[in-house]
Amino acid sequence: MAKDKESRQPGPSFGALAPVLALSWLIPGAGHLMLKRTGRGMLLLLAVTGMFACGLMMRGAMFQPESGDLLTTVINTGGFIGDIASGLLYLLSVWLGYNQPDTAGHVHDYGTKFLVTAGLLNVLAMVDAFEIAAGRKD
Amino acid sequence: MPKMNLTHFEAAFLFSLFTSVVLGVVTKRTDRDWLHYGLYVFVCFFVALFGLGWLMYLGHG
Repeated sequence: MAKDKESRQPGPSFGALAPVLALSWLIPGAGHLMLKRTGRGMLLLLAVTGMFACGLMMRGAMFQPESGDLLTTVINTGGFIGDIASGLLYLLSVWLGYNQPDTAGHVHDYGTKFLVTAGLLNVLAMVDAFEIAAGRKD
Repeated sequence: MPKMNLTHFEAAFLFSLFTSVVLGVVTKRTDRDWLHYGLYVFVCFFVALFGLGWLMYLGHG
């Protein structure tokens, strides 16, 4: 136990990791690119952006936080968090007016799921970039 | 912006593809490992897709 404590190296401070996290959130894969993981960064950029673009072209709806019964609150707030996790993609599409009203139909429904999943995949990419920056991963 | 009209299968294919790439990249360390894991996840998605499809078909009667 004592040896473990002695051998454990102090990691970089949160101040050093914050730019990687912020960039990863804003532009999918950018954290990896910043850390010189070009191949991985490009793949993440293509996959997350591709998924988000497909969701937009399927006319998927974007969630807004709503209060009401428990299920409504959980679904809408969770969906909103998933949407906003896409970073600049979400901010730009809302700013440019691409957020669609929720309409019936399986394609729209898939589109909504694509938009949320793109954000959730970006969260995974952010965690990966954080671990690389913190030295916990190669 | 162009509109995409996909079937259930095409949408599920795209979903599996994008998700497999990200899961492979973030969970494995070497290129070979992530390629293998990405393919494995992609195949799992498709097994689940066809399995659930048949289950619903047979359950529907």
